[in-house]
Amino acid sequence: MSQSNTFTLDGKTIPYSEGQTIIQAAMAAGEYIPHLCFNPEFKPHGSCKLCTVKANGRQTASCTQHPAPDMVVESDTKEINDERRTLLQMLFVEGNHFCPSCEKSGNCQLQATAYQLNMMSPHFDQFFPDRPLDASHPDYLLDFNRCILCSLCVRASRDVDGKNVFALSGRGIKSHLIVNAKSGRLADTNFSGDDKAAHVCPVGVILKKRVGFAIPIGSRSFDEQPISATPHPQGACPVGPRSNAATLPPHPTVKDA
Amino acid sequence: MLNQADTHAGYLDPILIRHRHNANDLLQILIAAQDHYGYIHSDAIDHLSGQLGLPRSKIEGVSGFYSFLHLQASGEYRVLFSDNITDRMLGNMDLMQSLCSQLWVEPGKVSEDGLLSINTTSCTGLCDQGPALLVNNIAINRLTQERVNAIGELIRERLPVSAWPAMFFAIEDNIRRRDVLLGSHPKPGSALAALLQQGAAETLQQIKISKLRGRGGAGFSTGSKWELCRDAPGEQHYVVCNADEGEPGTFKDRVLLNSYADRVFEGMTLCARIIGATRGFLYLRGEYRYLLEHLQAVLQHRRQQNLLGDAILGQADFNFDIEIHLGAGAYICGEESALIESLEGKRGTPRNRPPFPVTHGYLNQPTVVNNVETFAATCLICLQGGAWYAGIGTETSSGTKILSVSGDCERPGLYEYPFGVTVSQVLSDCGAKDTQAVQISGPSGVCIAPDEFNRRIAFEDLPTAGAFMVFDRSRDMFEVARNFVHFFKHESCGFCTPCRVGTSLLSNMMDKLSHGHGSPYDFAEIEKLNVLLQSTSHCGLGHSACNPVLDTIARFRPAYDKRLAHKEFVPAFDLDRALSQARQMTGRDDTGAHLERSHE
Ligand SMILES: Cc1cc2nc3c(=O)[nH]c(=O)nc-3n(C[C@H](O)[C@H](O)[C@H](O)COP(=O)(O)O)c2cc1C
Ligand code: SF4
Ligand code: SF4
Ligand code: FES
Repeated sequence: MSQSNTFTLDGKTIPYSEGQTIIQAAMAAGEYIPHLCFNPEFKPHGSCKLCTVKANGRQTASCTQHPAPDMVVESDTKEINDERRTLLQMLFVEGNHFCPSCEKSGNCQLQATAYQLNMMSPHFDQFFPDRPLDASHPDYLLDFNRCILCSLCVRASRDVDGKNVFALSGRGIKSHLIVNAKSGRLADTNFSGDDKAAHVCPVGVILKKRVGFAIPIGSRSFDEQPISATPHPQGACPVGPRSNAATLPPHPTVKDA
Repeated sequence: MLNQADTHAGYLDPILIRHRHNANDLLQILIAAQDHYGYIHSDAIDHLSGQLGLPRSKIEGVSGFYSFLHLQASGEYRVLFSDNITDRMLGNMDLMQSLCSQLWVEPGKVSEDGLLSINTTSCTGLCDQGPALLVNNIAINRLTQERVNAIGELIRERLPVSAWPAMFFAIEDNIRRRDVLLGSHPKPGSALAALLQQGAAETLQQIKISKLRGRGGAGFSTGSKWELCRDAPGEQHYVVCNADEGEPGTFKDRVLLNSYADRVFEGMTLCARIIGATRGFLYLRGEYRYLLEHLQAVLQHRRQQNLLGDAILGQADFNFDIEIHLGAGAYICGEESALIESLEGKRGTPRNRPPFPVTHGYLNQPTVVNNVETFAATCLICLQGGAWYAGIGTETSSGTKILSVSGDCERPGLYEYPFGVTVSQVLSDCGAKDTQAVQISGPSGVCIAPDEFNRRIAFEDLPTAGAFMVFDRSRDMFEVARNFVHFFKHESCGFCTPCRVGTSLLSNMMDKLSHGHGSPYDFAEIEKLNVLLQSTSHCGLGHSACNPVLDTIARFRPAYDKRLAHKEFVPAFDLDRALSQARQMTGRDDTGAHLERSHE
């Protein structure tokens, strides 16, 4: 019987410990597997499917799949990256993502992953859903147009803050985020800027007011380094301008839209 | 000042007491609470939230998931027309339109006086006696223009549904062919007596020898499932009967529950003894709510006969009882892990698997989930032995299978056959003529053409959960596929990206073809979506969502070619169609209100 506590990821040997999933072991070894709903600080969710890999020939979500000894895992292949790109395109057309006017641009994991995977256009027809903003809270703004339903804020508020400020409602394509208030407004919840939930959104839904564009577009986390280098930078709440980055590359959603 | 919530305590508290203020019963509590106003009042949520210790966001999140729960007023009368393809073929759309005009209401909207709403719903399991509808969750079959007119009158007169003519609600069994299961009538309790005589271990052995496989679709060995669950460590073990029967075109569980309920409950009790469970659940789809009273009565009768409850048949250590949980309009809750989430009062989202329910099911305890028909079959095996059962059917598909036959045939209804029967045999028995296609096992199954009618119903050839929908040559197979694709879009739970967005993209593409904007480019797109959904979706719904389109493209290509007005890619956007809203608002439909249309 093999005693090895390693598997291979695109040919590289990756050690793992009991309980780790493929992506957790890969990240500990400094290897990047694209992902959106996974955040190392939280229990894996397995919904976005960006982290899909082939494990011993079978496709599976690497954030929830546990490795087995000597498992052969393929991730950075054309076939899988093509599928990931299509999943990204699906997320882009499902919501309303106008990156050039988004405060999160450059710090957004969706946008950065799209660059990483060379997504040049949304490909599908836009759904243009009608999702009104919630600007009721004095310090925070919710722009639901960008929500990718990753449920990180739900998990953070429930499991870390002990508040249940956020929840998912609806079903299917009508799934949407709700907040814990009879009025349906963030101002009427006990949400606070100190909550973990205020800082986990991988895209630009949960935004602090009055700090918009404090760091110019072009100098933000993923303008400096691709997401594969620092998947989870301290970029959710930018603190100050960094070096002058190169000019912003053409935006994913504007090309042949 | 009187708290707003107090006005709701009056009807909510008895419900809460009945459910021992158990938050795991949230879905059941919400279904009962909704009966009061026809929707769940916002103040009622305050009361429930306080009493159950649940955040409001959770209660709203659960309510928002299920089609039959409403957070806004949706009319004193909520009329839902069953919208399976078989209902369409029987003219349900015209009937719905007629009821809408009669009562001055638009589909999907609540009438201005708040009296009613009319909408469509996924297959209600009455395909053999359609078109069908649900009014306040009670089923009415065999709709005709006269019946629809009468319904309109009854609503206008505000007569409570309980006072409507009984003949509207006379649901038929329509059993056309009986074999060992439907043809035998063992005395309630006889299988339990046999179990006690031969012992639990030996009974399990017989079930393994019988080679019985699950009747819910996947065909897992029932004996192995029970054994795995028995051997899994846990504080409690649970038995769950899956009566969600949501696959369009399937209605055999409805008949089993209506006329063979004792057998189903007895199978669950056998399982309980074998795996060591004291609690069981029957998860009954909301569409079958009209069966609830009857099923409760059967359970009560079994308790009186000492076939359920404490010390069953005098065995001091044999305690088991069954609760019925209702679903609320969500096909995905037929998937076993989503079903368990729903039993726990949550949104019906499939879990990450493994672990599987046999080790981590209800409340994370070892749980057997089986289909209604599977449990019924175990009684027969217990009484007549595993070898006898294994001798029926084929080598790898033992026993019989009940088919739900509907569509273009003279005698729709239930047909029980030994596994291995050919499709053509079934077609000839049900009086189908000039058949163009048969959809086996519903939209997530396969669609076959006449050159495949010699194929056999069996796990090794055409596996099926029971649906057998017949289409004759007058039918447009493109429209069949389009109906199924809309079904998947409506029923996707929305958890994973590929299925949530992919089912919408697919139905948009089918609508695009239907509007005459298709080109061969779109076929390649559909093929690409299929590969993606197959390989990355979280559960079986996403895996099979493209099947109806791929099957019909492969076999009935002319139905698609007819719609390909273009050789090159054409965008889906249609300016003239976009103007339809303006036409409706201005009440115009003259040529001046249209752009020139080249494709019509
Ligand atoms: C989307 C989906 C819907 C399902 N619906 C049902 C159903 O309505 N009834 C059922 O018995 N099984 C259904 N199943 C299969 C169940 O997950 C499970 O395999 C079955 O209940 C096990 O019972 P069996 O072994 O007796 O077949 C469904 C599966 C999927 C993926
Ligand atoms: S708001 Fe952000 S964190 Fe929350 S579900 Fe949407 S995308 Fe995820
Ligand atoms: S495949 Fe569809 S139904 Fe299944 S989990 Fe994903 S979204 Fe839900
Ligand atoms: S990161 Fe694994 S499914 Fe989202």
